[in-house]
Order: sequence, then C-alpha cells, then structure tokens
Amino acid sequence: MSKIASAFSPPGHKALIAYVTVGYPSVEATLKVVPLLADSGADIVELGIPFSDPLADGVTIQKSSFHALQNGVTPRLCLELAGQLSQKVNIPLVFMTYYNPVFSYGLDKFCSACAGSGISGIIIPDLPPDEGSDLEAISQRQGLDLIYLLAPTSTGERIRLAAQRSRGFIYLVSVTGVTGARDRVPADLEAFVTRVRNTTAQPLCVGFGISTPEQASRIARIADGVIVGSRIIQLMEKEDDFASLAELVRSLRGSIDKISGQ
Amino acid sequence: MLPDERGYFGDYGGQFVPETLMPVLDELATAYKEARADKAFWSEFEALSRDYSGRPTPLYLAERLTENCGGARIFLKREDLAHTGAHKINNALGQGLLARRMGKRRIIAETGAGQHGVAAAAVCAKLGLECIVYMGEEDVRRQSLNVFRMRLMGAEVRPVHGGSRTLKDAINEAIRDWVTNPDTYYLLGSVVGPSPYPVMVRDFQSVIGKETRQQILDKSGRLPDYIIACVGGGSNAIGIFYSFLNDKEVNLIGVEAAGRGLSTGEHAAPLMAGTVGVLHGTKSYVLQTKDGQIRETHSISAGLDYPGVGPEHSYLKDSGRATYVAVTDQEALEGFKLLCKTEGIVPALEPAHAIFHAAKMASSLEKEKTIVVNLSGRGDKDMDIVAQALGVKL
Repeated sequence: MSKIASAFSPPGHKALIAYVTVGYPSVEATLKVVPLLADSGADIVELGIPFSDPLADGVTIQKSSFHALQNGVTPRLCLELAGQLSQKVNIPLVFMTYYNPVFSYGLDKFCSACAGSGISGIIIPDLPPDEGSDLEAISQRQGLDLIYLLAPTSTGERIRLAAQRSRGFIYLVSVTGVTGARDRVPADLEAFVTRVRNTTAQPLCVGFGISTPEQASRIARIADGVIVGSRIIQLMEKEDDFASLAELVRSLRGSIDKISGQ
Repeated sequence: MLPDERGYFGDYGGQFVPETLMPVLDELATAYKEARADKAFWSEFEALSRDYSGRPTPLYLAERLTENCGGARIFLKREDLAHTGAHKINNALGQGLLARRMGKRRIIAETGAGQHGVAAAAVCAKLGLECIVYMGEEDVRRQSLNVFRMRLMGAEVRPVHGGSRTLKDAINEAIRDWVTNPDTYYLLGSVVGPSPYPVMVRDFQSVIGKETRQQILDKSGRLPDYIIACVGGGSNAIGIFYSFLNDKEVNLIGVEAAGRGLSTGEHAAPLMAGTVGVLHGTKSYVLQTKDGQIRETHSISAGLDYPGVGPEHSYLKDSGRATYVAVTDQEALEGFKLLCKTEGIVPALEPAHAIFHAAKMASSLEKEKTIVVNLSGRGDKDMDIVAQALGVKL
C-alpha cells in the first residue's frame, strides 16, 4: 500500500486533508503547524510551494503565496522543510504547486528531491493529464503519486482520463472557480461526485471552498476525503499559538468521523 | 502545418490550464474549427473588416523618414489607421463574431496598454455583448484615456490590484473569472495563452501580412527585404510575418522592449533574455527567476510590458526563421519623435520600438533595399507618458 493509500484505510475511513502555504506566515510557523495538523487529526498535509502567478487561487492563497515569496521561500527551501517535517510526522505529505516552478527546477531533479525529502505525491492544478505524461513517468519511477484534478465541467471522457492516470487519489474541485472559503456546498456536487464514482474506484477527495465542519460532513457522506485550505490560512493569519486552528481541525475530524462511524 | 493537433509549435504551446477550463477549450477549439471552415463566417469578417474597421489599411512609403536615414526605403503598414487605432481590432472582431456564433453573451478580456480592451469594448458594443475588461491598476493609471474610452463604449473596466498590477496580472484575473464562469467567452488579445488562442489570434491578425504582401508587390514589384514589428505577446508581429514565412528571402525581425537596458534586468524581452517556462497556459520563453517565479517586467510601453511571448515566436526564434532584437525606452522615444517630425505620424510607443530599429537598420543598408515596418497603433493614448518622459508639463 502506498503511503497515500494508507490515509484511506481501513476501508470506510474518510481522509481529512489540510493545506498550508510553506513559509506563511513564516518558516517557523510551517514547522510548527504541520505537526499540529497531524496531531489534530489530518491524514494528509498538502505543502503549497508558493508561485508568483497562482491563477487557480482566490485572494486568501494569493496573499499567503505572495507573503511567502516575500519571506524568500523557494522550491529548494520547501524541499528542505519537507525533509524535516517528514521526520516529525507520520502522515503523508504532498506538494501542491504550479507547473512552472517544477519545470524550472527540472522534472527529474525535482522528483528525486521529493523522494529524498519524504514527499509522497504532487498536485499541480495547471497540469492536466494531457500535458502530464513526462512528469507522470518520472514521478512514478521515484514512487511519487501524481494526483490529477477533475472539475464539475469535466466530461465523461475527461473523467475516464483522470481515473486512468491519477495516482493516490483524484482531487475533485467542488465548484467552477478558484480556491477560497465559501458559505455553502454547491447543490450539484453530489451529482458530480456520483458521475466520477460510477467511473472509478479510486479515492475521491473534494476541495475548494470547504471551511466548516458542517460542510465537511456533507462532503464525507459522498466522498472519500475532504480538503481544507483557505480557512486554515485565514486562521494562521491571526494568531501565534494556532489554538483555534487546532480546534477547527479537531472539529473537522469529529464531523467527518461521525459519518464514517468511527 | 503548425501548430500540431495538441497546439504545439515544435516544443512550444500546449494547454497548461486548470481542469475546469479543459472542456471549455475543447468547445472553443471545435467551434473555431467549424467557423474556420465556414465561408459565411469569413465573408462577414471581411465585410466588417472593410466597413467597420476600415481595411485594407494603407502601405505607405515614408519618404522623409527614408531620406532622413539615408539608406533603405521604409514602408509603413498603417495599422494605426484601423478603427480604434491599432491592429487589435482585427482579432477582437474575429473573436467577437466567434463568441456570438457560439451563443456567448458575456465577454471578458484583459488589456495592457488598453488597445485590446478598447477594441474588445468596441466590438462588444457593436455586437450587443456584455464586456468586462481586466486591467492592472498601474496600467489603469498610465492609460487613463483608454479606460475612459472603454467605459464610454459600455465596457466595465475592473482594475487588478495583485502582483505587478500590469498585463500579466490582468490575464491572471481574467483566467480566474473564466474558471469561475466557464460559460463566459474569454477574448484573449494576443497570440499567447493555451491552444487554440495562439493559432486563432494569428489567423485573425494574418490579414495584415496578406494585405502587405499584395501592396508591396503592387508598389515595388517585389517582396521586401525586411519586415520589422514590435513584440510584446507578439500578435502584430505574427500577423505581418505569417504570409511571408515561406519566403526565405524576406528577413523577419521582431523587436522586444529592452526597457532600461537588458543588462539592468528591467526590461520585457523574454526572447532575448528569458528561458523556457510555462505561463498563462502555454510553454514558451518567459522572464523568470532561477526558482521559476515569473519576474516583474518594465517597459515604457504598457503593451510590451509582459514577461511571456507567443509560443510561435519561440519556435521562430529557435528555428532561426525570425530574428529578435531589443530596443530601450530611450531609443523608442527617439523613434517616436523621429516619426512625428519626419512624417507627421504619431506612433504608439509599442511600434516606436520597431521604428527605431528600422531607422537604425535603414541607414546601414543600400537604397535598393526595402523595409516594411508594422506601425501597429497610433500614439494618442501615450501623450501623457511621452510628455512626462520628455519633461513637458501638459
């Protein structure tokens, strides 16, 4: 079983996936928060490598990325921090970033550095399977899962494409839109998840716009995992001890576990 | 035939966009393929190009400019005389007709100098479509006249506050809008972005080169020795180059913005000083840091102030079919003044880069040689910037 697959076990266990931008609000904060997320019930942490032009992100993650870049965060530093964090926590860590920083680093060099830093997978929102063959081949050689995304606009053909090519899980974008906390879960989400479910047995994790335990429990009813990002970044803005962040993650965990009956 | 079916010109191009947009790009590519094969679509495009945009634009022998340089004859392709004052109307009209054909009612566009925004606003007004234009806050400030023109034609101009607040950030924001509203039509203004934009914009702009070819043959009985055009994203350059790609005796020269000088790092010349990367959905030369972050750019002309370039230009550079040079802000201002004084034509700051380079080249060439410069736009929009640069208070 790959390390990411273990996040969905035993069968029926619903995964909680947390996103942080590396180096936001500071490098020290990242080193402190990732273990806290793991302790509070996250099954996977996505480490965001900041990019100057995050066109799939809403204002919250745009701001955190900009801030992190101002702090001097580079892909190299993210890899170093991932190396330290993978020693401290037992859960899989995956990178989330855009294609250019990875391409610029060199696909081979990046993937082997990821493997060396204990990274389990990569999510790249501007790399559809149509453009991903090179990175797919290289990441597989390094034992990394390249996780593809699907969106409510995805056709049956594109769902089959992602189902065939994604590794670890499939990231379902809940809405047509950018990242960012939203008031409600879209009404047609269930139909979208069902469409994908009918095509593949891969774990399906839903992200974009999910911020509350109520929303998380609605997602957990229909999917295998819940991804929370912008809300976590918002809470990190405000305080140093991350007490309300830990509380949020524990309550997300609780609401998800109620669904899976654990 | 380039691009290939995946939208690649050699190693450059592609579709590096969020999944949400992949089906949308498929729909666009299919609709464009159908329109491209439809004679009725082109006859409407041609009729409106004539009656609305004022095509064909003249090819003009700039005699006093030529005399002043004392060498090769310089012809100007007068895109500055097209409706709305620049070549941008060609693409806006073509895509506007395509959007209407696809049944789209809401149009979004990005703009740098404002010329594409104005062209998009005009076409939307004409076709009765809703128009929203994203424009970097910095560009809103330095091109306020164009902002007013867009608003007069009923467009909503949305200033973009992120990043460097210029064209690159306006495109980011337009793409975010598009991801959020996939039923919207994105009227992209240059030969950049994911496939099929580079080919679609090229097709609509290639009218420039088609006309030029006929006009120069009529006027001089042979093809030109040099064609010179400025390159930001590269749509006016591709537009005039395209009809001459197979005429190996015609030298194609693209002029990028060297800003304060290539050595200062403050420029907008990805073909001259960039490396291969992925920006705004396409693989091409890009100005980036060693960590793959897109660099901030500088040019006196907002329309060239962009860190990327169309993938076909990257291909033409590598293949050697076109050559690229760069001209500084100061040199562009000299080109600007030279054309004003010798010909009574006020060019936009973008083609002023091409004028400077053409004038420089002309003086070192024999009188029998001919140069065509694509005068891609007029300079009314740039009065404030030029006055400021020349230390004049208006």
